[in-house]
Amino acid sequence: MAAVMRLVKRSTLSSVMGQHYLAFSSSAKLTAAGVNTGQALPEKVKIVEVGPRDGLQNEKAIVPTEAKINLIDMLSECGLSVIEATSFVSPKWVPQMADQVEVMKGISRKPGVSYPVLTPNLKGFQAAVKAGASEVAIFGAASELFSRKNINCSVDESLQRFDEVMKAAKEAGVPVRGYVSCVVGCPYEGKVAPEKVAHVAKRLYSMGCYEISLGDTIGVGTPGSMTTMLEAVSKEVPISALAVHCHDTYGQALANILVALQMGISVVDSSVAGLGGCPYAQGASGNVATEDVVYMLHGLGIQTGVDLSKLMDAGAFICRTLNRKTSSKVAQATCKL
Amino acid sequence: MGNVPTTVKHCLSYEQLIGDYPWLRHWLQEEKNITGHEYPEFVKIVEVGPRDGLQNEKEIVPTGVKIQLIDMLSGTGLSVIEATSFVSSKWVPQMADHTDVLRGIQRAPHVRYPVLTPNLQGFQDAVAAGATEVAVFGSASETFSKKNINCSIDESMLRFEEVINTAKERQIPVRGYVSCALGCPHEGDIKPSKVAEVAKRLYEMGCYEISLADTIGVGTPGSMLKMLQGVKKEVPINALAVHCHDTYGQALPNILTALQMGVCVVDSAVAGLGGCPYAQGSSGNVSTEDVLYMLHGMGIETGVNLPKVIEAGYFICNALCRNTNSKVAQAKSRTL
Repeated sequence: MAAVMRLVKRSTLSSVMGQHYLAFSSSAKLTAAGVNTGQALPEKVKIVEVGPRDGLQNEKAIVPTEAKINLIDMLSECGLSVIEATSFVSPKWVPQMADQVEVMKGISRKPGVSYPVLTPNLKGFQAAVKAGASEVAIFGAASELFSRKNINCSVDESLQRFDEVMKAAKEAGVPVRGYVSCVVGCPYEGKVAPEKVAHVAKRLYSMGCYEISLGDTIGVGTPGSMTTMLEAVSKEVPISALAVHCHDTYGQALANILVALQMGISVVDSSVAGLGGCPYAQGASGNVATEDVVYMLHGLGIQTGVDLSKLMDAGAFICRTLNRKTSSKVAQATCKL
Repeated sequence: MGNVPTTVKHCLSYEQLIGDYPWLRHWLQEEKNITGHEYPEFVKIVEVGPRDGLQNEKEIVPTGVKIQLIDMLSGTGLSVIEATSFVSSKWVPQMADHTDVLRGIQRAPHVRYPVLTPNLQGFQDAVAAGATEVAVFGSASETFSKKNINCSIDESMLRFEEVINTAKERQIPVRGYVSCALGCPHEGDIKPSKVAEVAKRLYEMGCYEISLADTIGVGTPGSMLKMLQGVKKEVPINALAVHCHDTYGQALPNILTALQMGVCVVDSAVAGLGGCPYAQGSSGNVSTEDVLYMLHGMGIETGVNLPKVIEAGYFICNALCRNTNSKVAQAKSRTL
């Protein structure tokens, strides 16, 4: 990008190019940290907080409903604009989310904050709307084997189910976020072809999802594979509609998020206190910690609207409730100084 | 066209651009680069586990275990393994067995075993024990220098000058460290110009490489970038290394930023040995395993065998009765 900037400033260029520079510079949002490496970083990044859903779903201890509500309410005060509240899946499969209706009805919704919920099928969607949901999310997979083992159907079959949800959501005026899991690797298939990820992302986007979150479900991605995947997906879905959902199982999450930002991504999923382990590597970590992401973004001069100190309070609260240590390094370091 | 904004793409056709301005192809970074960045093809890992790592561990490790750790690391493909430190055992009891360690290890060909030498006395002891490379530790923070080694930066430079001059006579290479490069536990923010000044002094005195250390791990890609921009005005980029601590989880993105700026030497510690003395219970050094995983995933060569490093990590963690700090090692040991 800086190369293009240098290009348009050269005096040998025609005035036509100069005009383009003016249009370009007004839309280019360059931060000091990005411009000198030749890459512009976004000025603002939206954090999608998935702790209460993706995080708690992967915790062993069942969290009392009151504690979930309290966590979400604390997170609502942190400046986050999106907090994934719960999941309308069958309690038989995900006992942690059995109290989905009470949670939805119990939280104090802050104006300007969205509380999406997962809805795997039409039945889940209807239950969600009845419980007061005003945004939902659907989960596709880039890996056939993962789809079959995780939700008992092929990728195509799952997309058909989601079609029903999309139609109902459109009628009800409810926005839908799409997730693609296993975007870099699958616990069963191994490497996942970027074209496959692009295909699934495109289908979800064409169906009407306003945003597609690309999930490195087992955290195997690195800046190399992340970039290759994003290059393929961004040919099919506009960068502004993409988000990254990085797991930190191999410690790569922040580096992966950084390259995603350098490619123009400005929406990042994360989980307070790094809640949620990895079901495919018992005892290993899963979601990247929101605190660590926010620390990095603020250090880069990128705005998030999030109050890090309040966020750490929320993290401390849920860790006490779960009787576990935080997975956030920022929280570990800060509370001990 | 890589990360060119869509506004430009709509205004200008790439083919037309290249046709009108043939020199453009060089300027507009080609797709083969990741996110438009160029990365080094090869990165040298400087393994600091046996010294910086163990120095910050509470448990005193028996000499035999230290020697075995270094010998295991020697078989992984690493080309530099910081073996021990010739500081007074009064200050750093963990390193009291420095002579026995240096004499006990089996030196692999093509592997170097630098040791820390804070002053001339330490240097002479190191050489007597067989050291063929040494390292000196400066600081970018006056307060840290005074509290850590009981003298000002200028005074420490005089000491190092003695070491470096003597080392030159003996043709012993010297590596320089600058601590607190991204922040000081006492002073807070550190100016890039100060880091550059200290790095330049060490380089001009004769250090072949300067390792810039984020001693308390507070750095982010933002501060890493600014610091390196400052330092590379004074020291060539190929003589720079980064020594990132993972106390705030920022080490890998910081290392990535350094690579994007042309740095191709990275310090790390097997199993992420070594906590942070300024944030009790927090992590310190970045894990060699996690760094390798990232580099290899990016197609960058290191010459290091990751599974063998993981093995060495398990060995020392068993000996220390502690869990590894490496996420890669944790994941590998638990994968279903």
